[in-house]
Amino acid sequence: MELSQVAEILEAKVLTGSEHLDKEAHSACGSDMMSDVLAFVKDQGILLTGLVNSQVIRTTLMMDMGCVVFVRGKTPTEEMIELAENIGTVLMTTQLTMYESCGRLYLAGLGR
Amino acid sequence: MAENETLNFHFDVDGNDFTSAGEASVKVKKLMRQLGFSPELTRRVSIAMYEGEINMVIHANGGTADVYVDEDCLRVVLADEGPGIADVETAMQEGYSTAPDNIRALGFGAGMGLPNMKNYSDEMSIDSVVGKGTTIELKFKVS
Ligand SMILES: Nc1ncnc2c1ncn2[C@@H]1O[C@H](COP(=O)(O)OP(=O)(O)OP(=O)(O)O)[C@@H](O)[C@H]1O
Ligand SMILES: [Mg+2]
Repeated sequence: MELSQVAEILEAKVLTGSEHLDKEAHSACGSDMMSDVLAFVKDQGILLTGLVNSQVIRTTLMMDMGCVVFVRGKTPTEEMIELAENIGTVLMTTQLTMYESCGRLYLAGLGR
Repeated sequence: MAENETLNFHFDVDGNDFTSAGEASVKVKKLMRQLGFSPELTRRVSIAMYEGEINMVIHANGGTADVYVDEDCLRVVLADEGPGIADVETAMQEGYSTAPDNIRALGFGAGMGLPNMKNYSDEMSIDSVVGKGTTIELKFKVS
């Protein structure tokens, strides 16, 4: 699924990285625990999270995940947006809850 | 550069600033990409080093990170003068963590870091003295 489709399905606002929206992701992961993301993520290209701090951006860089979706209307700080811009990570924010965000993407076929 | 010379990259890891934790690992990831290492090795090194860097910030008030690049081996040495680890074997167990709630609220403290570092490296050694500090060496074969 293209990241642009992810944004559409989640009615998300893209905060940075719109030039990468044509990139594909085959699966996603929802977590507020970066420890778990670092330990358990395999090839999921997208992280959905309610956690807002710079480590979210660095964790996804280490895992080669190209996109972070902040759920429940959480918005990253300017510093985080700048960091993501520098490393080419797409950031989006959606008003939907974690549960509904994951559900919608799953129903649309992502990671199935 | 002479053929068998070792490249060394040194980083100071600030223990007072959680926000900047991981900056050294970001730099190493960029360096490895520039030096032409495989994405797979780059990912393993950066994840393991990042776990170690975060540990130094949340458990040891910072330290230093050194990356040594040889022809057939890449080494990451993380050294701190923190409280040390009394029982390394226990600390290595998945799920063991002494991280307080405020660290958990930041997304860390699941007790997965050290086991993860072991999983992602080819060799890991921990040298820790209570009250003196901890030095962790990670080795990665370069094929
Ligand atoms: N550099 C260090 N100095 C002192 N103690 C450490 C250090 N690194 C790890 N420890 C101890 O070992 C425990 C286990 O470390 P580990 O990285 O596996 O888990 P964690 O850091 O608590 O959580 P996570 O890594 O999942 O975020 C820590 O909770 C801490 O007590
Ligand atoms: Mg840790």
